[in-house]
Amino acid sequence: MLTLDRNLIHRFGLLLVILLVGMGLSLATDTFLSVANFTNVARQISINGILAVGVTFVLLTAGVDLSLGSVVALSGVACATFAHPGEHTVFVPIAIGLLTGAACGLLNGVLVTRGGVAPFIVTLGMMTIARGLALIFSGGRPVADMSNEMTALAGDIWGIPIPVLCFAGVALAAWFFLQNFRLGRHIYAVGGNENAARAAGVPVERVKLFAYGLCGLLTGLAGVVLAARITTGQPNAGQAYELDAIAAVVIGGTSLAGGVGTITGTLLGVLLIGVINNGLDLMGVSSYYQAVIKGVIIVGAVWLDRRQARS
Amino acid sequence: MLRALELRKDFGGLTVLHPVSVDFRPGEVHALMGENGAGKSTLMKVLAGLYRPDGGHIEWRGVHADFASPHDALVAGIAMIHQELMPIPDLTVAENITLGSEPCSSFGRVDRAAQLARAQELLGELEADIDPARLMRTLTVAQMQVVEIAKALGRNADVILMDEPTAALSDQEVAALFRAIARLKARGVAIVYTTHKMDEVFRLADRISVLRDGSLVGTAPASEMNPAKLITMMVGRELADIFPVRQPPTDELLLEVSDLTHEPAYRDVSFQIQRGEVVALAGLMGAGRTEVVSAIYGLQPASSGRISFHSRTLSILSPQDALAAGIGMVTEDRKGLGLIPALGVGQNITLTALRDLSNGPLLNHRAEAAAVNSRMTEFAVKASSRAQPIAQLSGGNQQKALLARCLLGNPDLIILDEPTRGIDIGAKAEIYALIQKLARAGKGILLVSSELPEVLSLAHRIVVLRRGSVSATLDAASTDQETVLRHSMPL
Repeated sequence: MLTLDRNLIHRFGLLLVILLVGMGLSLATDTFLSVANFTNVARQISINGILAVGVTFVLLTAGVDLSLGSVVALSGVACATFAHPGEHTVFVPIAIGLLTGAACGLLNGVLVTRGGVAPFIVTLGMMTIARGLALIFSGGRPVADMSNEMTALAGDIWGIPIPVLCFAGVALAAWFFLQNFRLGRHIYAVGGNENAARAAGVPVERVKLFAYGLCGLLTGLAGVVLAARITTGQPNAGQAYELDAIAAVVIGGTSLAGGVGTITGTLLGVLLIGVINNGLDLMGVSSYYQAVIKGVIIVGAVWLDRRQARS
Repeated sequence: MLRALELRKDFGGLTVLHPVSVDFRPGEVHALMGENGAGKSTLMKVLAGLYRPDGGHIEWRGVHADFASPHDALVAGIAMIHQELMPIPDLTVAENITLGSEPCSSFGRVDRAAQLARAQELLGELEADIDPARLMRTLTVAQMQVVEIAKALGRNADVILMDEPTAALSDQEVAALFRAIARLKARGVAIVYTTHKMDEVFRLADRISVLRDGSLVGTAPASEMNPAKLITMMVGRELADIFPVRQPPTDELLLEVSDLTHEPAYRDVSFQIQRGEVVALAGLMGAGRTEVVSAIYGLQPASSGRISFHSRTLSILSPQDALAAGIGMVTEDRKGLGLIPALGVGQNITLTALRDLSNGPLLNHRAEAAAVNSRMTEFAVKASSRAQPIAQLSGGNQQKALLARCLLGNPDLIILDEPTRGIDIGAKAEIYALIQKLARAGKGILLVSSELPEVLSLAHRIVVLRRGSVSATLDAASTDQETVLRHSMPL
C-alpha cells in the first residue's frame, strides 16, 4: 500500500502543480481558459507526448535515448520522400516513416545489448548519424510537395486533431501494455536489477531490444505526424526534442536509474511542460526567457519530487 | 597496548560481534581464529576504525580511543591489511604504496624520486622483486597482496592488523612475509593475524584467540594449544534441535556433474545427486563453491565438463536454460542477484514463473494474486501486503520470498547458496524444515553453506572443495566437523 500511496501523492502533487499553473494563467491572460486554446495545447503536446511515452520504456530499463530528435527528422524526411501526390497510397509513406524510426531504435538496442556499449554513447552516436542521414537524403533542403491525404493527417476527426488521437491511443496502449503484459513486467524487472532479473530467467537482452525498438517506432510515428503538420520533411526538424521528452518523463516520476515509473506520470509531465510553454507564449514572454524559465521548472519539479521521495 | 573492551557490533538488528574483550601486546603476534563468519574480520575492522562499535570501547595506550574513521586509527598508529585487495590499478606500485603519505618537496609537489626510493625500501623489507614504477594493474594477485603489505608497513604503525594476508601468496612469499613479521616483532610492533592455515598459526603466533558465532571462546598462549584442540574450540558448538530428521534418499539419479572445470576457480569437479538427496558443498571462502553451483545454474558457465540431468546431457549457458530444464537456484548474493528492490513482494515471487501465470503474452492478474497469497502464507513471508516493495522487508522475509520464487516454478533440483546467511534463527529453522520437506518430496537439493552444523545436519553427503578441487566426498552420518574442516584447510 505504501508505494501506491506515494504514487498517489506524487500524481496528485503534479496534478496540483498543473492546476495551479493553469489557474495562474487563466488569471494572467484572457485566452488561456478556452476550448480553442485547450485544443491548441493538446495539439502542441502530442508530438512530445508520443516521444515521451516511447522513451519511458527505455528509461524504465535504466537506459536512455538521446537520438529522438534526429530520428524524428530522419523519419519525417523518409516519409515525405514517398508522399508526393499520385505516387503511392498514403499508407506507404506512413509505413516508411514508422519503419525508419523502428530501424534506428533496433540498431540502438542491438548496440546496447550485443555490443555492450553504454546507451548514452550509442544513442549519442545515433543522434548525429540520423541527423546526417536526414540531411543527405534531403540534400539539405525540406522535402516538400506532399499529397493532400498525407497532410490531412494533421487535421481533425470529429473536431479532435488526429495527432492528439494518435498520442491518446499510444498512451492508452502503452499504459495497458505495462500493466498487463508479461513483457511489461519484465521491463520493470530489468530496470530494477538487471543481474537479478537475468538470474530469475528474464531474457534481459530481448527485453531491452524491445524497449529501444518500440521507442524507435514511436519516434518514427512522431516524425510522420510532424511532417504532416508542417507539410514537409524537414531535415533540421526536431532539434533537442529528446530533452523535452526525457524531462517530461522524469518530471512524471520515472527514475533515471530504471525500474520505477508509470505512463500516467509521463502524461502529467508532458501536460505540465505543454501548459508552461503555452502560457509563456500567451503572456508574450520572449523565447530567450522561456528557455530559462522552462529549465528552472524542470529542475525544480524533479528536485521537489526527490526531496519528497527521500522524506 | 591495544585493548578491546566488551566490543559489540550489530548489522541490521543482527549481532555479529557479542561483547568481546581481547588485549594485544607489543612485540607479539596474536592470531584470531574461527570459522567463516565467526567475527574475526568484523573485530579487526572495528579496531581499525572501519566500523563504529555498537557497544564497548577501544583502549589505546591506556586511554579510551574513539576512531571515527580508518584515518583516525592510522594517525594513532593502527594499520590494517585487508582481505579484499584495494588496489588503484592505474597508479604505479610506488604511488599505491605511498598513497596518502606521499613524500613532498616544496609547494606540495610529490617528490617522485623519494617516492620510488621509499617504495623500493619497503618492498626490499619483504624481499619482493617488484619494480615500483610498474602499473598496479600489471601485477599478479600475489604481487598486489605484497604491495598491500608494503603499504601497511610504510605507515610505521605500532599495530598491524593482517586479515588473511597469505591467502594469495606462494610459499616463498609467505616465508618472506614471516621474516618481515619477525623483524616487526623485534621492533616492538603488535601484529594481529587471521588465517585459515593451521601450520601458519603455530609457526607465527605467540597467543591465539578463538572466536565462534561472534563470541570469544578463549585466549591462550600458542604453546598451550595444538591443532586438534584449536579445531574443537573453533567448531565445538552443540547442535540444536532445530534440524529436522533426514529421510534416506531414493536411488534414482537426478544430477551428475563430471569434470567441471573453469580455471582458476575450480577444476575436475564431479559429484552426483539422487532424487530426495541433500548434497552439501563445503569448503572455505574462495574454495570455488559458489562458482561451481553458478555454473550448474548457468550464471557463469564452466569452460569444460559435463552436466547431466535426468540422464540427459544439458548445455546450460544461462539461467533461462537451467530453469527450462527444471533447475532452480537461490543465490548467495541476495541484493545483487536476487531482489528487484522496487517491485512488490508478490511481483518478486512470481518473476520466474510468470509464463505459467499468463494467458499468452497477457498476465493473469487473478492467478498471480492467488499464487502469491498462497505462497506468502505457506512460506510465512511477513509483509504489509503483496505490493510492499521487497526492499523494505527484513533479511529473513526477503530470503523466504526468494525461496518462494525459486519453488514456484516447481524445479526438480534446487540449488541453495548460503540460504541462511544473515538471517535470524527462527527463519533459519523454517528454511531447514523446508529443505527436508523438499527432499521428502523427491527433489534434489544442492546446498552451499559455510556453517558446518548446518551442512552436517541437513545433508546426506558432503562434497568438500579445497582450492577448486574436490578433496573429499563424505557421508554426513558418519563424519564430524573436524573431518570436514581438515579436508577444507589448505595444508
